[in-house]
Amino acid sequence: MNFTDLKEKATAEWTSLEQSRQPRIIVGTGTCGRAAGAFAVVDAIKTALAAHNVQADIMNVGCIGLCYAEPLVEIAKPGKPHIMYGNVTPASAAQLIEDYLVKDMPHPEMALGTIGEGSIEGIPKFWELPMLKPQVRIILRDCGIIDPQNLNHYIARDGYSGLVKALKMKPEEVIAEVKKSGLRGRGGAGFPAATKWELCRKEKDPTKYIICNADEGDPGAFMNRMLVEGDPHSVLEGMIIGAYAMGATRGFIYCRAEKPLAIERFKFALKQVQEAGFLGKNILGSGFDFDIELREGAGAFVCGEETALMASIEGKRGMPNPRPPFPAQSGLWGKPTNINNVETWANVSAILQHSAEWYTQYGTEKSKGTKTFALAGKINRTGLIEVPMGITLREIVFGIGGGILNDKGFKAIQCGGPSGGCLPTSQLDLTVDYDSLQQAGAIIGSGGMIVMDEDNCMVDVARYFMSFIQSESCGKCVPCRVGTKHMLDILTKMTQGKGTPEDVNTLNELAQSVKQGALCGLGQTAPNPVLTTYRYFADEYEAHTKNKVCPALACKEMTTYYILPEKCQGCGICLRACPSEAIKGGKRMIHVIDQDKCVKCGTCLEVCPPKFTAVKKVSGEKIEVPKEPVPVIAGKPGAGETK
Amino acid sequence: MISLTPTEIQEKLKPILARHIGKKDELIPILQETQDELRYLPEDAMREIARFLKISVATVYGVSTFYHLFKLKPSGKKIIRVCRGTACHVRGSPRIVDEVSKVLNVKPGETTPDMEYTLETIACFGSCALAPVMVVDKTVYGRVTPGKIKEILARPAKQEVHK
Ligand SMILES: Cc1cc2nc3c(=O)[nH]c(=O)nc-3n(C[C@H](O)[C@H](O)[C@H](O)COP(=O)(O)O)c2cc1C
Repeated sequence: MNFTDLKEKATAEWTSLEQSRQPRIIVGTGTCGRAAGAFAVVDAIKTALAAHNVQADIMNVGCIGLCYAEPLVEIAKPGKPHIMYGNVTPASAAQLIEDYLVKDMPHPEMALGTIGEGSIEGIPKFWELPMLKPQVRIILRDCGIIDPQNLNHYIARDGYSGLVKALKMKPEEVIAEVKKSGLRGRGGAGFPAATKWELCRKEKDPTKYIICNADEGDPGAFMNRMLVEGDPHSVLEGMIIGAYAMGATRGFIYCRAEKPLAIERFKFALKQVQEAGFLGKNILGSGFDFDIELREGAGAFVCGEETALMASIEGKRGMPNPRPPFPAQSGLWGKPTNINNVETWANVSAILQHSAEWYTQYGTEKSKGTKTFALAGKINRTGLIEVPMGITLREIVFGIGGGILNDKGFKAIQCGGPSGGCLPTSQLDLTVDYDSLQQAGAIIGSGGMIVMDEDNCMVDVARYFMSFIQSESCGKCVPCRVGTKHMLDILTKMTQGKGTPEDVNTLNELAQSVKQGALCGLGQTAPNPVLTTYRYFADEYEAHTKNKVCPALACKEMTTYYILPEKCQGCGICLRACPSEAIKGGKRMIHVIDQDKCVKCGTCLEVCPPKFTAVKKVSGEKIEVPKEPVPVIAGKPGAGETK
Repeated sequence: MISLTPTEIQEKLKPILARHIGKKDELIPILQETQDELRYLPEDAMREIARFLKISVATVYGVSTFYHLFKLKPSGKKIIRVCRGTACHVRGSPRIVDEVSKVLNVKPGETTPDMEYTLETIACFGSCALAPVMVVDKTVYGRVTPGKIKEILARPAKQEVHK
């Protein structure tokens, strides 16, 4: 079949779906939806449909990005806008089938928004919600909208038209178009994509490779995974276009085995395009041959680094190699190789489907287009978001993210994972683009954004990232292998209240040496979390080392829990909840924590009823409490109440 | 867990090796398939794979120990994975690791002597909205607190319903 016929068939299928006389129920069943219980919801929907004898199609889609409201269920009734429901449970799903599908009561109180033309009273428009309005969807254009396993859905929404267009252009023209778009690599460093492509194109070797870097090993980052789960073809199309532009013969996708669903989606999509003739010999009659192979990474963060990744594909230990030579000259098996991130490839397909000009309307002068971020941590609306470059951090945290959980105070936003940094309130008006984040000490990185509140300790966060880096250091070069170990030891000491002011200086010196001396990006950027936390939160380092106090009350070894005798009503809730059996007490007796047994898990603080708030956590402070349980003092507020 | 004899291992490896042609870059996929089959990488399997790929046993061992996914010891019946991603960290995962360690009396990476449980930590599970997250075999538990651990561990193994 030629592409025109394919497209016609695909469009017909999509249109008939959109205009179907039968209701359709769309459920987000990506990794996040599944974890939140989407499959149980699907089961409940099926049972309810059968019970009411209603015919409806159930469609599985990827993540639309509102992770905080998973499981998400979208119900489409003929002639009405779709309604998106959030936090659906098996019980509420069954209720919606009965009340909305059968009886036409839409339950606005359970709805997040309506999608499509028309409106329903009491329900806002989905895409106008504060979380979604500031977003622009280029990379995530199909995520949560199409069935990722249906090639026709992708094609109907302009999919593979970018490839068809590219194949009619000269390879150099394709590169020129990408250059005009200003696209910079989304894997972290932000290197201009077209520049790398040109270098690879120029090489004379008839064998060239391209790679899609889907390793995404940063803790707190799930953008690439969700994109692949929700729309694998957007990535494959970009890769085929790139291969044509550079004259590559073979492509590899390197995806870590810990992302089983993403791997499944890639494999399924590869088979589909091989059958459709977008891969293989003589692609769409153009005379261009190219195929893609999937390789599973076996879990090593450093394998996200391009030279280590290539060593891993070759079957070796994934250790980085010094550059030059750059992969474009000598990469996989010594052949010219181009490597781009998942999201970079998805941008390429969008650029070719539209145009470079269209693309450049988004973003800033030097950072074009949009970027996806995994927004998580102490924030009300966690999720996968896509925003135009140039948006401010404040708009992301307080607009899209809806502010800090439980109305706590904002402390920092961590951008860029282990290579990035923690930015404080004073930097919230910073625009998100490659250059301004870097100046502030952080990086865009692959796109993890973790929000921290007043309860998070910046020294502990620095220690957290250093412990990650230290265990992921491959050991090849001394600055990284030994330097990060020393840095971790110092940070650990500090979080245990054993640090000295001298340690702060040593830590900063080590940070500089590791930064300058390490072989690859892992070591070179490893000190960033330490450097930024020190730059913006030096007072916390001082409190830990000079006063032996953790102001955020986060460092376990530096905090103590007490039960305040004047507040405890002897209700016994904490005693029963304590997993360490460290609380002594009895009915109407003031409870006491055995400090030797206490593991400082904080359970007592969490379960103590708000009307008592008798548990207090302190650092560097001692509170006088009875040694053994004594009777509750009568006549106090709340006295006599037990639960 | 019953340990396999070298001949049994050879038998189990046969169909795996038959899918490959003996190129060096097949090492990692072969190790992955072997581990899928045997649940870990016994020494005899590594020897056999080295012979097949005509590389040294040391090379196979070097690769096996480099990647976190490969296990040189058998795992317990239930695998407990606590997410150590950043979102989970700032929402209390260290306390979860501590508590599971305490209840099972093993450190991350270890298996209980009765071969029932293996405790692992994972870099990021990607369900940051549910932080802190813990996964028992295939069941995901979100917003875990130390107080819930005993109850979670006591539950019978349940497979997530895959459709
Ligand atoms: C330690 C380390 C880990 C990395 N991890 C990733 C990763 O998971 N995904 C990725 O695309 N790039 C990662 N990179 C960047 C790659 O080396 C490379 O720059 C990138 O894949 C190029 O693609 P791009 O130009 O499209 O950004 C990592 C770099 C370092 C130093």
